[in-house]
Amino acid sequence: MGKRSDEETADGAEQLLDLPRLLAERGVSRRDFMKFCTAVSAALALPATFVPRVAQALDDIKRPTLVWLEFQDCAADTEALLRAANPTVAEIVLDILSVDYHETIMAAAGHQAEEALAKVVKEQKGKYIAVVEGSIPLRDGGVYCCVAGRTALDTARQVCGNAMATVAVGTCASFGGLPAAAPNPTGAVGIKEAVPGATVINLPGCPLNADNLTATIVHFLVFGKLPAVDSHGRPLFAYGKRIHDNCERRPHFDAGQYVEQWGDEAHRKGHCLYHMGCKGPETYHNCPTQRYNEKTSWPVGAGHGCVGCSEPQFWDAMAPFYRRLPQVPGFGIESTADKIGLGLAVTTAVAFGVHGIASAFRHGDKSEGAQEDTDR
Amino acid sequence: MTKIVVDPITRIEGHLRIEAEVAGGRVTDAWSSSTMFRGIETILKGRDPRDAWYVTQRFCGVCTTVHSIASIRAVENALKIAIPSNAELIRNIIIGIQNVQDHVIHFYHLHALDWVDITSGLTADPAKTAALAASISDWPLNSPTYFKEVQDKVKAFVAKGRLGPFANAYWGHPAYKLPPEANLMATAHYLEALEWQKDVIKIHAILGSKNPHPQTFLVGGMAIPIDPDSQNALNADKLAEIKRLLTKAGEFVEKVYIPDLLAVASFYKEWAGIGGGVGNFLSFGEFPQQGGGQPWLPAGVVLNRDLGKALPVDHRKVTEYVDHSWYEYSGGAGKGLHPWEGESEGKYSGPKPPFQHLDTSGKYSWVKAPRYEDQPMEVGPLARLLVAYAAGHKPVQDAVNGVLGKLSVGPEALFSTLGRTAARGIDCLLIAREMPKWNDQLMDNIGKGDYAIHNGEKWDPDRWPAEASGYGMHEAPRGALGHWIRIRDQKILNYQAVVPSTWNASPRDAKGVRGPYEAALIGTPLADPGKPLEILRIIHSFDPCLACAVHLLDARGNETLKVAVR
Repeated sequence: MGKRSDEETADGAEQLLDLPRLLAERGVSRRDFMKFCTAVSAALALPATFVPRVAQALDDIKRPTLVWLEFQDCAADTEALLRAANPTVAEIVLDILSVDYHETIMAAAGHQAEEALAKVVKEQKGKYIAVVEGSIPLRDGGVYCCVAGRTALDTARQVCGNAMATVAVGTCASFGGLPAAAPNPTGAVGIKEAVPGATVINLPGCPLNADNLTATIVHFLVFGKLPAVDSHGRPLFAYGKRIHDNCERRPHFDAGQYVEQWGDEAHRKGHCLYHMGCKGPETYHNCPTQRYNEKTSWPVGAGHGCVGCSEPQFWDAMAPFYRRLPQVPGFGIESTADKIGLGLAVTTAVAFGVHGIASAFRHGDKSEGAQEDTDR
Repeated sequence: MTKIVVDPITRIEGHLRIEAEVAGGRVTDAWSSSTMFRGIETILKGRDPRDAWYVTQRFCGVCTTVHSIASIRAVENALKIAIPSNAELIRNIIIGIQNVQDHVIHFYHLHALDWVDITSGLTADPAKTAALAASISDWPLNSPTYFKEVQDKVKAFVAKGRLGPFANAYWGHPAYKLPPEANLMATAHYLEALEWQKDVIKIHAILGSKNPHPQTFLVGGMAIPIDPDSQNALNADKLAEIKRLLTKAGEFVEKVYIPDLLAVASFYKEWAGIGGGVGNFLSFGEFPQQGGGQPWLPAGVVLNRDLGKALPVDHRKVTEYVDHSWYEYSGGAGKGLHPWEGESEGKYSGPKPPFQHLDTSGKYSWVKAPRYEDQPMEVGPLARLLVAYAAGHKPVQDAVNGVLGKLSVGPEALFSTLGRTAARGIDCLLIAREMPKWNDQLMDNIGKGDYAIHNGEKWDPDRWPAEASGYGMHEAPRGALGHWIRIRDQKILNYQAVVPSTWNASPRDAKGVRGPYEAALIGTPLADPGKPLEILRIIHSFDPCLACAVHLLDARGNETLKVAVR
């Protein structure tokens, strides 16, 4: 697959990548590089003993090409990439990937830009990585998204169909996202549905956390395969646990300490946002640990509930965003958990944990009366 | 006469296509088309108005706060909700740093390569580059060693033979005028700005959890609690960090962006006479002041380049036409509709893809044609400053006159490609200087024990009237933005956004009057129609942002082009 130094590449003139030298040329010390490898290994939840292996593998890698396609998008995933943590080295690793097509950043325009894309597909068939941002409209022959006179579907079939692997960045490219929200006016779908034959990994989030993109690509280059995924095609290293289970406010949930009004004392003291509509109990994402903008913060940490943006169809399944997750008072714990599971059948397969519900009944809702439990 | 097509226009947000007729080495006519459509306003119907900010935020991930701001203002206007002083100040800081960061990214990462030939910088003398840089700024990184390092990095990159995102560009084009040293200086700052932008925008993460798409806005206020005695709230530590980042933002603007802008502009003064546009300018005004009254930068309209007066703005004078856009109105063609009465009968009538050309005599874009009192309007930093200038805003007048003086050009130079690009820099500088005041005011409030961040009186929809209508105005980095909402029975009945790039990328209206991009391109000289660098310069000077410019679609759609998929 053109990733290891002992393999031939299509481009004979291509020099084998000497990463330490390349990094040195870009002012990155070996120490910085090892820090990056440690960070990536941590994001991938690899044990520390893997750090040298990551570094060794990256040292050996040739320079694969990456093309980044934007369809029905808002460019937030592109912007997320620009804010990536471990930026100095991460940018270089992405740069090392030879980003040959990316509309938002590339210097060329018009047919010169399209030529660059065509060249990659023609000359590096099966050897490049495609990244897709935004959904693909299928209705009416795909007229709702055209670039250079071609439909998104046409371009996606060609580019993703011939790629070594396709990474769907953000919820739109993964599952259709906002354009696919009811009533899905343009017939928008994610890339896997649009091009079923492509090898796709989904990195949802609105936008995605760019650390997860870096980690996925490094995983692919280091281990020669995509990371293990869940039933929605999301890598387990980033989407294997519920936000609720890693949330820094979890002790307050367990203790029945909830924010009831924006700006109240509980809000100021960092208590649980469950009553304000937080969807953390139904959302699989590594936000609490990975955080955003070089680990500065994340939604719950900054006082606003999770809206479940990494879940399929969250725009419909999780809305209204400020309504608390459904509860039915007066039933047994197991029954409640089942109902919640049914209510969210389109989202996650695993229902609200029995432990959480038990705690909620024990500490919060019961004592505050049935009125507190009505859903609006 | 030849017809050229530039699609995709790169280094923008969204999908934009320009078709132009060229004769005698000049553009004789032009058509602006957006070729992507999502139907978000249709998706908004029936939803909780309190969720609208989160949905509309996804209009655009570049100007990632602006639709949230316009949306919560529209709902607050409809429901007559006043927000606490602290929430207003936090919003101002969030809006301010969005503008400052966005303008710098635009200049270096989206616009600069229209003026800067990176490959030319490879032949520059690093010592002379340092001398050039030192002559315009005392930025501490300016040294021969530093510029040598940057040059070596670029050389090593080029030597690899694969230019990645810099491949296939118009390098060596005769319209590039900068000497090698200026090219190298700008290339170095391109890389520096990439680092800077991710740091200063951490203000959004501190106040709003993350960027892009901060998750913190609320109808009635903001979601970041304030409590100096809590580590889970905005406290002295976080305010100090914001202050540090604001200082860092301001220093880069003062010592790198503005000097670079003036240096580059001085080599391209002929562009003060190219790319003028429609000559009408609209600003909705921005940055609410403590205690109410007029916003810091005023709202107003300047017509026919007359800087003698700024006319007042009335949102009822905004209408949208669809005579050249892929929509149909129930009342027939030839009429404009106010956004509260806005309709969404989408009907694609363009060529079946793949296609070579659009039918520019008919409908040719997903962007509607907004008009103010039936006139096309340019919006953006230039409009914002011209309105303030005409309204007698002293700091704006001084800053504008100062830049004109440094470039030795008169006020007429403002109505141009160069004027637009320079105005963005001035806008950035003025906002960067104002932001620390809002942070200080916030600290003052907190010092007095005011921790309020939300007005919850009408959070519960049961306290809303059965019907309400509202509008929310905002000056986004790219200009005048309006959201209009109608609420019935606690749900969204109709939602319309008329956004900056809808104004600027507008196609022709019912009378055939061109939009600002189209008008600005007329008469542009092209050195090589096969490499229309000059078109990119003009279009990029507006800072296009197309995803949000595109409107609604009828959910029933048009079935005529149905094909088998999957």
